[in-house]
Amino acid sequence: MDKRVEKKRLSQRERYASMTHDLHWDTTFQPMDKVFSLDKYEGIKVHDWQAWEDPLHRTMDVYWKAQGERDKKMYAVMEAFAQNNGQLGVSDARYVNAIKIVLQAVAPLKYMLHRALALSSRQIRSDALRIAVQMQASNSLRHFQAETHAASVYNKYFNGLHQTPQWFDHAWYLQPVKSFADDAASAGPFELMVASAVGFDTLLSDLLFVPFMSGAAHNGDLSLVSASFSAQSDVVHHKTHGIALVKFLVQQDAANLPIVQGWIDKWFWRSFRLMPMAAMMQDYMLPKRKMSWKESWETFCEAPVRALFAELAPLGLRLPSGWEQACDSKDHLSHQAWNAFYGFGDALGFHTWIPGTDEMAWLDRTYPESFDRWYAPRLTHYAQREAAGDRFHNTALPMQCQVCQQPMMFTETGKPRWIAYRETQHQGEAFHFCSDHCEHIFTQQPAKYVQAQLPSHRMLQTNGNQPEPLKASLATCTMNIGRDNGGFANSEDAINFENWGGGQDMKEAQL
Amino acid sequence: MNAAAVGTYEHASHDGAAHFSKPLIYFGWDEHMMFAAPIVQMLSLDTTFEELMQQQLPTLYGAHPDFARIRWEQVQWFRGSTMFTPRASGTLAEHGFTHKSVLRFRTPGLEGLRGSCG
Repeated sequence: MDKRVEKKRLSQRERYASMTHDLHWDTTFQPMDKVFSLDKYEGIKVHDWQAWEDPLHRTMDVYWKAQGERDKKMYAVMEAFAQNNGQLGVSDARYVNAIKIVLQAVAPLKYMLHRALALSSRQIRSDALRIAVQMQASNSLRHFQAETHAASVYNKYFNGLHQTPQWFDHAWYLQPVKSFADDAASAGPFELMVASAVGFDTLLSDLLFVPFMSGAAHNGDLSLVSASFSAQSDVVHHKTHGIALVKFLVQQDAANLPIVQGWIDKWFWRSFRLMPMAAMMQDYMLPKRKMSWKESWETFCEAPVRALFAELAPLGLRLPSGWEQACDSKDHLSHQAWNAFYGFGDALGFHTWIPGTDEMAWLDRTYPESFDRWYAPRLTHYAQREAAGDRFHNTALPMQCQVCQQPMMFTETGKPRWIAYRETQHQGEAFHFCSDHCEHIFTQQPAKYVQAQLPSHRMLQTNGNQPEPLKASLATCTMNIGRDNGGFANSEDAINFENWGGGQDMKEAQL
Repeated sequence: MNAAAVGTYEHASHDGAAHFSKPLIYFGWDEHMMFAAPIVQMLSLDTTFEELMQQQLPTLYGAHPDFARIRWEQVQWFRGSTMFTPRASGTLAEHGFTHKSVLRFRTPGLEGLRGSCG
């Protein structure tokens, strides 16, 4: 009998090499610099392109199989949630407004990121890195789809979810997110990858998808939670790729260090300036509460980011320049954000409200340093006005930062009594910023930011004669004023949820 | 460096004075964050401080309980971060304001709702 020939099995490392580096050839009909035309202009110098390896040694075949399995599990949960009328099982219909923010702000950002990563991956001459970035691009598309599907069950029953991509492009309060996406997508491939690793994945994803989504699960939303936890497992890979990339760049050439540090500073800060919404979702929009924004920041950002930079310190990298100021704001950010959004409450795509008595007590307990001193008086005043049938509406057009495009609502480090103003003259024109860090981003590359389309300025040009230009601008992008926004009490969402018997399971569970 | 780019990268501002029918002026009432952020308005530089105190500022900030208690003679005025003392009949232009200037005012003794700067 013939001896059976043992089929040679490759080790994971060999298989990884065979499906990345071994696929490489240098082009001869056209020079490599022409085929990969964008991987040098940022000033990054790479001497050995083959030196980058995915620390997880993931190959495309393994990737597709793993993602297929994840999708199967995720869609099984979403389907069961929809079949079970899960939308009636959430703690309180106020919570659904957080889903609206995810669909209006986060999902379109993921979609933009997918486009940018797909484009950039094409531009990189390292096969291993190109494949890793392609995986990140398709992950981002998967997250956008998952979040959209997870929200679709709510879209059948609640307002404010019907045309979110258009709102992302046009609604004034979403422009900080869009401007962030535009900035990243118009950067070179390496800047985009550092932005992705340091900004999107380390800050945005961890804070939004871990503590907030745990809170969402606690409030009965298994649909969005299954999408987010599925996405979060991808993000762990992105971070591993990103950190490996940062180390690789710094090790390749000493000239890369200041460039990479500059991107870390910039993208940490730009990402941090997207945090106001995440912070207020955590503290104000989860009716059943577990963890405050401040605790989330300490646990899921402060500790891991410090540990990460301790690991990177031997390479010459330091914490982002905005780090201390960002940490200083943990007592204030959610309250400043909710104050702003409540004031602009009839010019948004979601509802706002004053926290109930128990919730105010919780905020006071979790923010002993700041809440009662600085923020409770405003909320109490708003509550009194609401009780008198005279809800406070801030109809004025907010001054916005030229870089992050947020309303200038942020206070000086350690001085919550003073709004921070920064101003730079460029080519005979004044430009205004919310912080030293946004000002610095501007002065590094002014040509990129002088062309910003600041929403308030555009509204003065187009709706300047209207008594309430913010509202007028939303009406032109299919938002239903008074139905998709305004106070939560007596909204169509609140009345429907009550009539459908929503929230009963949670109440019974608490008895 | 103007911007890292593969070619010439020049873009004009959309916010130069020529793009607006009247100059942009930013207003900020220090220690009053009920309005969340400073406010931007299009306003003629011929506007006098008397007009500001009687027309623009009440429209912008009248909803705040502190506003009616402002003693205008005690108000401290700032152009950006520079303090100055305006004449009631003086115009914005006469006091050095141009397109995209910031007008801040501080009201000593009035520090927002329950002294919270709210």
